[in-house]
Amino acid sequence: MTALLSVEDVRVTFPVGGLFARLAGGPGEIEAVAGVSFEIGRGECFALVGESGSGKTTLARAIIGLQEVASGTLHFEGAEITGLGPAALKPVRRRMAMMFQDPVGSLSPRLSVRALLAEPFRIHGLTDRDLEAEVRRLLALVGLPPEFAGRYPHQLSGGQARRIGVARAIALDPVLIVADEPTAGLDVSVQGDVLNLLNDLRERLGLSLLIITHNLHVVRQVADRMAVMYLGRFVETGETEAIFAAPRHPYSAALISANPEPDPDAARNRIALPAEVPSLLARPSGCEFHTRCPWVRERCASEAPPLGDGARRVLCHYPLEPGDFAAPGMSSGIVEAGGPGGARSSPSEGAG
Amino acid sequence: MNVLSVRDLTVEFRTPGGRLRALDRVSFEVGKGRILGVVGESGCGKSTLINAILGLLAENGEITSGTIRMSDGRDLTKLGDAELRAIRGQRISTVFQDPMGALNPVLSIGRQMRDIQYRLPLSRAEKDARSVEMLRKVRIPDPESRLVQYPHEFSGGMKQRIAIAMALMMEPELLIADEPTTALDATLEVATIELLKELQRDIGCAVLFISHHLGVIAELCDAVIVMYAGAVVERGEIGTIFHHPAHPYTERLLECDPGRLHERVGRLPTIPGEIPDLRQRPAGCIFAPRCHRAEPRCAEPPPDRSVGPGHVARCWLAGETAEARA
Amino acid sequence: MSSVAEPARPRHAGLAALGRVLAEPMGLFGLALVVLVIVSAVFADQLAAYNPTRMMPRDRFADPGWTHLMGTDHLGRDLFARVLHGGRIALWVALVATSISLALGAVLGLIAGYGPRWLDNLLILIFDAVKSFPTVMLALTLVTLFGPSLTAVMVVVVLVATPSYARVIRTQTMALKTSEFILAARAMGAGMGRILRVHVLPNVIGPVLILASMDIPVVIAIEAGMSFLGLGVRPPTPSWGAILNDGFTNIRETPWIAVAGGLPVILTTLGFTFLGETLRDVFDPRLRREG
Repeated sequence: MTALLSVEDVRVTFPVGGLFARLAGGPGEIEAVAGVSFEIGRGECFALVGESGSGKTTLARAIIGLQEVASGTLHFEGAEITGLGPAALKPVRRRMAMMFQDPVGSLSPRLSVRALLAEPFRIHGLTDRDLEAEVRRLLALVGLPPEFAGRYPHQLSGGQARRIGVARAIALDPVLIVADEPTAGLDVSVQGDVLNLLNDLRERLGLSLLIITHNLHVVRQVADRMAVMYLGRFVETGETEAIFAAPRHPYSAALISANPEPDPDAARNRIALPAEVPSLLARPSGCEFHTRCPWVRERCASEAPPLGDGARRVLCHYPLEPGDFAAPGMSSGIVEAGGPGGARSSPSEGAG
Repeated sequence: MNVLSVRDLTVEFRTPGGRLRALDRVSFEVGKGRILGVVGESGCGKSTLINAILGLLAENGEITSGTIRMSDGRDLTKLGDAELRAIRGQRISTVFQDPMGALNPVLSIGRQMRDIQYRLPLSRAEKDARSVEMLRKVRIPDPESRLVQYPHEFSGGMKQRIAIAMALMMEPELLIADEPTTALDATLEVATIELLKELQRDIGCAVLFISHHLGVIAELCDAVIVMYAGAVVERGEIGTIFHHPAHPYTERLLECDPGRLHERVGRLPTIPGEIPDLRQRPAGCIFAPRCHRAEPRCAEPPPDRSVGPGHVARCWLAGETAEARA
Repeated sequence: MSSVAEPARPRHAGLAALGRVLAEPMGLFGLALVVLVIVSAVFADQLAAYNPTRMMPRDRFADPGWTHLMGTDHLGRDLFARVLHGGRIALWVALVATSISLALGAVLGLIAGYGPRWLDNLLILIFDAVKSFPTVMLALTLVTLFGPSLTAVMVVVVLVATPSYARVIRTQTMALKTSEFILAARAMGAGMGRILRVHVLPNVIGPVLILASMDIPVVIAIEAGMSFLGLGVRPPTPSWGAILNDGFTNIRETPWIAVAGGLPVILTTLGFTFLGETLRDVFDPRLRREG
């Protein structure tokens, strides 16, 4: 069976600096997404995890066609969709929907919920349908009473607005939904609600999901497979449960350990990362994580590691073994640049 | 001795749709050198509480009852603007979610840190030396040379650390930290919390730490107050609240935190329903409409029941549930 | 009057705003003046006893009195009738010219703000070039080329006003361009026309409407000014500017003619300015700085 979506070696770049900066020998562009490959099967939920600046949102926008791809290819339902214009993309956009981060901000402020829900049909010229009935159907699908049709975005709570966002996404029966931070800005008591809804809809409608998030708890509850992104690259890819059970890339391990547990007596097995994320303008040499890696060795600074192959891929010279988790770097607090393992000062700290 | 003690604080706002009670008889205290967490979801009144303490309520807001006392017994609700200004930034300082709110983009870090010390009878060089010392404490590498730099030349994590340094510069009695780590990535968040804890120990100030993130509260705080719809529904020591919550809301909130779930579950726990319209507060318990244990008597306003030492819950069932569990 | 007022429901926003305008003394005064001017212009035929162009040689330079409320001019025309009908012309010019400028400014501003960078640069260049041309010289040039007429007045107004409206719309459109609800519409496959019409325009038009309401007195002044100079309406069509001009010739003997032409200009300007400023404060206090 062919994959629903396949992403091959996709790069997204942004120009930086003016003409003079480029003449002076500046980089001219940054690579927000630096060669990423993965596939999503039918009915599968795949999660992209990473912190701000990791390129996860850019990658999502490239997939949905809101961002130009510098190189690499995108295939959706067997056909190539790389670089298609708006007209050629229009049929694709019925099959692939996107949910944006801000629950309220992604709804047009002057439109009523009724108009917001009818919009997908209007855009695709499906006005011969009974739009009022469609609106009621969609509201029911996401568990909101029909009275909500008359409300405006600012009259909705975050959770309700998010439900409207979900309803808009599923309006045209897509096969893939790209959800950028579906729980961002929502209270804990509502987050579960939205995730349950997405899980339900996935089961009932046979949807595939691509979830972009920095929240690992979310990933664990919905994703079958996941990829951890750092500076525009996948540093680890694999089954969600396998990665949570034994992360093999030091960064994945640090991310998983960085989630404070709501238990004051919990043992804090924390991997503290020194310094801060390097700038994309000055990518570190060798393994790009070596400036922050508590396990860094000599080779890491000079030689870029291979990503490897198979279901579980790790971009690391010395992947962690299950027992390594509690090895070095268990000290807490911000370790100054040049801290453990002799990591050198990171570019962002020095560049200023 | 308490650095801050709030008693029966009620704040109302005049709105076109009627009077809105944003805080309802809020009581708590922060002891010297203690970190008190404030937990609650959107609309619970966290920001109103901070603004009331700082004397920065919006024009249409009004403290209708209650007191906010500092360690010297002065009631902040009775002070004039000039006196409040003298307290803000010197005895009470604040760190906000967005560090750019605290940093002026057109002034160098050194200049801003010097300005904070305007009350100190020190020379410019001495003030700069103190600034460098403080920046070193918050782990800004090479602080001497960074004093002349501007806020935009620092990364997000560093900006928040500088904001913390500035807030602690005058060694306040009380630091109000309003979601200071929410905008930061997880790996920076834990680092910032550790730093805050260390500095607090160093300076010995009390901290009022506001967050919606239960994990962060659990890790950092000594005690916690749980807010819902403008009321402190429960307060107590951190271990007590997290292990033996007495209020149904606290209980449900803790259950909802996905950080508790170490494996995939079929359905995630949630609290059905919405926060009620604060302009039409129900006569009885404010949480009753969403409460899974509501009883007929919950239609009456619940008392603040003492459940254990320092542990109070605003719930009819409070003592009983604790006993039942024990 | 609260500063943290809840956003009103869009359906009742109009009524609520009217209430707030009436609550301000300046707004109430402005609205009263504007209503007075509009009513007198609309019912000019019923209110005035004479035809504004009818000459009554026997009544030349008549004093204001019961027969002629404001007196008559050097041709014996009833000034009250001329003032009311002049108001009609003034309002008509203001309304038509402002509407055309608004429509044109909105379209150009949306395109400049949403379209490609080069088009934006080109449009901005044109706006600046037009704006840098002094209004008086622009008016003189046009009249020299095409002769004095109401159309000339309107063209001048449109040329002067359109760039300012377009600029405001452009800036706001650019700010909205990357907002998530626009991205969401694009991700759904919405075309540029739909995005601009449904999602951008309703969110950017408010401030420009307020600007336009404040520009109405300016347009009225331009019309009066051009007619005063003989560049606007042609005699015998009544216009406040023309009345003023007639009055100036004989200001020593019959000052009421100048007053009849000048007073309505002042009152109308005051009325629209007060109303516009109140509207601005009610809807969008941020505009105050851009002014």
